[in-house]
Amino acid sequence: MRRSMLFLPGNNPNMLINGSCLGADAVIFDLEDAVSPAEKDAARILVRNTMRYMDFRGCERIVRVNAVDTPYFAADLEAILPEGPDMLLLPKAGTAAEVQAADAAMTQAEERLGLQKRAALMPLIETALGVENAFAIAACCPRVEALFLGAEDLTADLQCKRTKGGREIEYARTRLVMAARAAGTEVYDTPFTDVNDDEGIEADAALAKALGFSGKSSISPRHVEVINRVFSPSPEEIRYAYEVMDAIAEAKAQGKGAIALHGKMVDAPIVSRAQRTIAMAQALGISREVTA
Amino acid sequence: MDSLRPASAGTLESSDAYVEIEPSEGGIQIHLESVVLERFGEAIRETVQEVLEELHVADACVRVVDRGALDCVIRARVETAVRRGRGEC
Amino acid sequence: MSKVVKSLREAIALAGLRDGMTVSFHHHLRNGDFVLNFVMDEIAGMGIRDLTVNASALFDVHTPLIGHTESRVVTHLAANYISAGLGRAISRGALEAPVEFRTHGGRPKDIALGRTPIDVAFIAAPAADPMGNCTGRIGKSTCGSLGYAFADAMYAKRVVVITDNIVPYPLQGWSIPESYVDYVVTVDAIGDPKGIVSGTTQVTRDPVGLVMAAQAAKVIQASGLLKEGFSFQTGAGGASLAAARFLKDIMLREGIQGSFASGGITGYLVDMLREGCFRSLMDVQCFDLKAVESLREDPRHQEISAMQYAAPGERGAVVDSLDVVILGATEIDTDFHVNVHTDSNGSIMGGSGGHSDTAAGSKLAMIIAPLFRARMPIVTDRVTCISTPGQDIDVLVTQAGVAVNPRQAELRERLEQAGLPVVDIHELKERAEAITGKPKALPKGDRVAAKVISREGELLDTIYTLPEGR
Repeated sequence: MRRSMLFLPGNNPNMLINGSCLGADAVIFDLEDAVSPAEKDAARILVRNTMRYMDFRGCERIVRVNAVDTPYFAADLEAILPEGPDMLLLPKAGTAAEVQAADAAMTQAEERLGLQKRAALMPLIETALGVENAFAIAACCPRVEALFLGAEDLTADLQCKRTKGGREIEYARTRLVMAARAAGTEVYDTPFTDVNDDEGIEADAALAKALGFSGKSSISPRHVEVINRVFSPSPEEIRYAYEVMDAIAEAKAQGKGAIALHGKMVDAPIVSRAQRTIAMAQALGISREVTA
Repeated sequence: MDSLRPASAGTLESSDAYVEIEPSEGGIQIHLESVVLERFGEAIRETVQEVLEELHVADACVRVVDRGALDCVIRARVETAVRRGRGEC
Repeated sequence: MSKVVKSLREAIALAGLRDGMTVSFHHHLRNGDFVLNFVMDEIAGMGIRDLTVNASALFDVHTPLIGHTESRVVTHLAANYISAGLGRAISRGALEAPVEFRTHGGRPKDIALGRTPIDVAFIAAPAADPMGNCTGRIGKSTCGSLGYAFADAMYAKRVVVITDNIVPYPLQGWSIPESYVDYVVTVDAIGDPKGIVSGTTQVTRDPVGLVMAAQAAKVIQASGLLKEGFSFQTGAGGASLAAARFLKDIMLREGIQGSFASGGITGYLVDMLREGCFRSLMDVQCFDLKAVESLREDPRHQEISAMQYAAPGERGAVVDSLDVVILGATEIDTDFHVNVHTDSNGSIMGGSGGHSDTAAGSKLAMIIAPLFRARMPIVTDRVTCISTPGQDIDVLVTQAGVAVNPRQAELRERLEQAGLPVVDIHELKERAEAITGKPKALPKGDRVAAKVISREGELLDTIYTLPEGR
């Protein structure tokens, strides 16, 4: 479950050491945009040590490495992979070939270092080319478990202004959700960048959820709680999910095929959605009684 | 061992440490300033010594200005300074 | 008639100040205060020695006091709070006699009971008339409330009002009336406005502080105390103020109006008053200009004396009507004792102020503190100094969980039912030490630098000097 993913600047000890208690389901140690070229080495070693010595207590650990075509990429893999990251976020993913190259480099490094755990890969789609190749990228290798939308770089590439309303990224958002779901992967939304706009983040997160995103990233700890709330199932959703499962059980007991609930047919997609909702509620420790 | 040039790493921000390293003859000298000197001064010195040993640095003068950095941060800053001093980064 | 005398020296002489007596000061001008220093310089110039200085608080601006201790003009100090720079000098053993720390409620009580008699009180006043009616509400050196000066004015044998803003008789809206005042002295400036009150008070942006603040608001909500008539106090520091912000959101959303907020007042609490979160503010001290302005203009914003604010005893005080207080800590131990007197090196850097008064009086005394601060774990086996006894502390909020005092089983149950991450305080200690490492035991010097006196007037703990050479 990754409702929220929080970016932590890779060369900032104060943020890194406190990253696990800021409420996010996953943290993204950032070695790319948050780190100046002169400090790439320092951030890489600092993030490596943070991962090695700090307990992140159930918080998933993702690392945004530098792009495949930079001189930093190989060194990033070398330092980070032995620490067992759950995922690498791969910036500027434009084509399936680039992502496959990253996958091959990871496999090579893992073999050379004798690593058991394989880190997943999450291409960061932040160019027009990446958006157009989204499905091919999502489906290019088993290591890709999710797509991630980066709207700041994308709007620069599109030569348009990034706005709070987000009309300019509507296409990219729906396209990414479509591509990721078609390829059977998860998909995560771009951060909302106005740290002080509490209503804005709520609306933006709700939109992302409505479009089908699995979760949303954040550059501010202040946004984490709102994102978690928006991407958690509501009590009504949980209650309905249990009703669906009850109806199914009852129908099975009576040997009925078709089932209706509140006058609506319960079909396979409704059942699988109910199962997902219940699984998430259980993971969040929300019991059925609480929603009753 | 590679030759060492003067180098530095880290910052003076809270929870960070600033580390300077330069060549020296005659072993390791550590100059430590810390906001938690009374409580963690010895631990910090041991850590610095340990990192230098791991990186096979036998002669160096190291200055650490600690702003309450955790052990893993001090380790990172010392290692970065050494690697920079050796021209590895 | 006029009580205005020609000079400060004349006032001191007329007041009959002699060797071995006690002089007193209030701290409403905080780190902008000029009065304590020029009064003590004048006294030194008159050749008077062996004085006790009883101040409600001392700041780094008062560091010249150390010079007066070296020349034995001053041999005893008493204060409720001493800031870090001056505190360090005291921890290094600047005085032979231990400094006496009291609480904001204990000090006026001890003065009233004659346990700590004052011979001459010097009251810095941002406005006064020639008969000594005075206030902090107006004037170029305005500080708002004069709450801490009332006991001094009422019980000192002689009272000297010092002002840089003499107004025609009668001053309107006085705080301290002429009936307590013997002499009035006019000077060019009683303080530096920049050091007296800050322009604005900022809510923290520190992410850990915000996480703790959000958690604190949830704890208050789950405690069952947040309902119509709710009363509340919080400090001006980072996470405490942020907690007030989250609380405000809840109160406005749920339409809860509290009865009052008390203590040191910030613009943030003024906003809460104006938006209807509280019916009243009980102000013993103003922290910023917005609070000063509100005290001057809004009748719901009331000035209270330190006695009314926090004094212990059967008649009670504002603190006894408090539902919730949010407090800080430099250390808290597994018995919930809290230290706000010394830093991680054992050097004096604060004091109880109203800490133990509000903790004792309130229904829910909450400490907000991070698991560790600059590598120092905050939760320890035993605090360096007990400022507030653990029996008065109900809950500790950290970024890694909430610990409830075992004495508060019902509260613990409520918090658990609300889904809050309740953990044993020992576990928080272990978690902190796993991150920071275990700090080396603090070496002590061989002399007593200060005594911490409880609000009831008993010895609570002893602070030792720093070891030689530090």
